[in-house]
Amino acid sequence: MLDWWYIIVDILLPFHWMSHIFMKNALLAVLLVTPLFGMLGTMVVSNRMAFFSDALGHGAFTGIALGALLGIIQPIWAATVFSVFFAILITVIKNKSKSSTDTIIGVFSSTAIAAGLVIMSYGGSFNKYSSYLIGDLLSITPSEIIMLSGTFVGVTLLWMIIFNRVLLASLNQSLAASKGVNTLLVEIMFTAVIAIIVTITIQWVGLLIINSLLVLPAAAARNVTQNVRQYHLVSILIAIVSGITGLGLSYYWNTATGATIVLVAAFFFFITLGLRNRFTV
Amino acid sequence: MINEIGHNCKSKGDCCGFCCTKIENFNVTIGKNNILEKVNVHIHCGELTAIIGPNGAGKTTLLKAILGEVDHTGALIYIDAKGARTGHPLIGYVPQHLDFDLGSPTSVFDIFMACRTSIPSWIFKPRSISASVAVSLAKVKAEHLLHRKLGTLSGGELQRVLLALALDPIPDLLLLDEPVAGIDHNGLELFYNIVSELRRNYDLSIILVSHDLDLVARYADRVVLMNKTMICSGSPREVFSDERTSKIFGMSWYKLGHEIKLPSANYEGDI
Repeated sequence: MLDWWYIIVDILLPFHWMSHIFMKNALLAVLLVTPLFGMLGTMVVSNRMAFFSDALGHGAFTGIALGALLGIIQPIWAATVFSVFFAILITVIKNKSKSSTDTIIGVFSSTAIAAGLVIMSYGGSFNKYSSYLIGDLLSITPSEIIMLSGTFVGVTLLWMIIFNRVLLASLNQSLAASKGVNTLLVEIMFTAVIAIIVTITIQWVGLLIINSLLVLPAAAARNVTQNVRQYHLVSILIAIVSGITGLGLSYYWNTATGATIVLVAAFFFFITLGLRNRFTV
Repeated sequence: MINEIGHNCKSKGDCCGFCCTKIENFNVTIGKNNILEKVNVHIHCGELTAIIGPNGAGKTTLLKAILGEVDHTGALIYIDAKGARTGHPLIGYVPQHLDFDLGSPTSVFDIFMACRTSIPSWIFKPRSISASVAVSLAKVKAEHLLHRKLGTLSGGELQRVLLALALDPIPDLLLLDEPVAGIDHNGLELFYNIVSELRRNYDLSIILVSHDLDLVARYADRVVLMNKTMICSGSPREVFSDERTSKIFGMSWYKLGHEIKLPSANYEGDI
């Protein structure tokens, strides 16, 4: 199914670490996933939603636990449905409530993670699921990569359609409303799409670090860019470069791939932080 | 520079001040609290109507109700002078502040583009839009800010950019929520001078929620004093010399209102 890809990689990257099929699969997965994180991360950072997206990851974890409990062979679908529902729920409550959103998100986030852990540890079978905490990118299969390509196309198209409205809604809700934007709907679509990519990728990246992958490339790009085009471009590039570098390093160091990628992205963040003053107009 | 005629007037003589926006019997209840009760305001085009009142009087809630963001009873009716276009007014809104992280890489151009088109602004930058945004910014003397990052603007510059955004397209009703802090005095003067000029040139109906009575006295055509409901309204002189105003804002204003000659009020102290 992916033979064409294996041939391309053999020609372009004739390195030892790329000679294995699982590494070629992982590379393709990285190229499909990291740009999405870089792209959506820009708005997560601009809206100061880092904590919120962390909660979405916890919701996804609970979803996977529920899927497993219900005996669904592919818990990913149950997880996606649940985490989208979870994302909509906290978005609506966040909008309706006057109390601190931090507290609300904290309550939902910890409830979700506790429920997930309880369900997964039921009957002492937690070890089976511990891979969701760390993630295992090298285990990705060709059919899962096909699914990721579909997600890649879908999310990119959606972002092209809703980005302008998301930007307005996050500037000021009343301003967006006066320009005819349905702010609640736009916000729900935005959080739902984050919930979807977080849920789908959590098994390869891992719950503990998935939020960092969303936040770090954008946070790094924020230091050195002036407008939304540069912001997206640099964030996506940093995400992709971190992904490829992290994948290679994890092969030689024999470390968890997701964590290594995040570490490289963190390195970029500190580099751009140092360069910040040179780019300030 | 600005010599266009009001959006709904075919000639200068057509701008008669007879276009009218009516806020009729607005009530807002949140939970068990009545935030607004029986608010009635009529606004004519070419007039700046200032809404003043103490903290918690429901001024911002009134704006949100007009925008349709807060559930309310009562009606908002716009009547064109010639009866040509009647119904819900096209509203422009200048917010008090932005909720956004202003340090994030977003330029003035980006927010205009996000308002104007559905072309994804994170990928494309059409030249035609650049040019027309520059024209919009020129109306508020801010064309030089086109490619500046939002976070690098001063409070006054940001306010002018937001004004240009609210005037794009020219609305029937312009709502201004005056910022409480962050703009120096010169910035505010410039802002209100521009607003006054635009009001004349475009025959705008403007509602201003203000906390600065000095500026209200100088720039408003009409003043509405409210505290959950409408208390009194009229010219700045009438409202500021009204006893109810002095009760709400304290004695200092009562005295000053009589001693100084409005509308060139000049007083010390914060209200």
